[in-house]
Amino acid sequence: MPDLGKYAAEVLGAYASTAILLAALVVLTWRRSARVRRALERAEARRDE
Amino acid sequence: MSLWSYANPVKFMALSGRLLRPIAGLAALCLVVGLTWGFFFTPDDYRQGSTVKIIYLHVPAALMAINAWLMMLVASLVWIVRRHHVSALAARAAAPVGLTMTLVALVTGAVWGQPMWGTWWAWDPRLTSFLILFLFYLGYISLWQAVEDDDTAADLTGVLCLVGSVFAVLSRYAVNFWNQGLHQGASLSLDAEENVADVFYFPLLVCIAGFVLLFLALVLARTRTEIRARRLRALTLRERMIHA
Repeated sequence: MPDLGKYAAEVLGAYASTAILLAALVVLTWRRSARVRRALERAEARRDE
Repeated sequence: MSLWSYANPVKFMALSGRLLRPIAGLAALCLVVGLTWGFFFTPDDYRQGSTVKIIYLHVPAALMAINAWLMMLVASLVWIVRRHHVSALAARAAAPVGLTMTLVALVTGAVWGQPMWGTWWAWDPRLTSFLILFLFYLGYISLWQAVEDDDTAADLTGVLCLVGSVFAVLSRYAVNFWNQGLHQGASLSLDAEENVADVFYFPLLVCIAGFVLLFLALVLARTRTEIRARRLRALTLRERMIHA
């Protein structure tokens, strides 16, 4: 870990907030993708019955 | 083969399905390498101290916030002129990604500004135009959700995108236009005197590549979801009509 001196809170805060925002975006994208794909598969299966 | 052939959803799904994993993998690699390099292996700035490490987040996020809107503008114009649904859905898919990039730029800018300027926020031309861009993203996403008919929503959001482009450009060039405020000029410049020092520049380039690839991967994934969601709405509507 580098010595961040008196600005450690600001630097770590910037990295933590960015990580949280980008991780939330990736997770939400992935979850909605999976949910829509499953719903479409069910709808297509009903249509083919 | 013409570029326009990828406006066909089936062809787009096939191509994007092949590209998505390699692009996401490259994005992760560039982000890990760039951020590790920047955070652990670059020195402090002689004036800004260790806060200079925020550059590896703030500059790429700000770049993508503006360029995401410009990508949405191009996709919206393609929709308005050629009526390709995939381009309208790509613009819709890019908006939450651009919104998040804008939020990252605003948050990291505030956290960086506090120790350097003595304030979290100032009504500086660049900061203010960035805040307006953030509000445009919110408005754009809300408009897509508020209008039930997809084609009407694509038309209306396309017009909103054209108007918002003024602020996307302003947020990039505000410093040059007004030449006042707290925010410094561009960190990246072809002028060696103005460009950041090489020791910061090269890891910054890797981080920018990581953010660009992350944006591309997320937009591809979200566009695929929007195409599936559109097909799902069509099938659901058909079911309802059959059972009515």
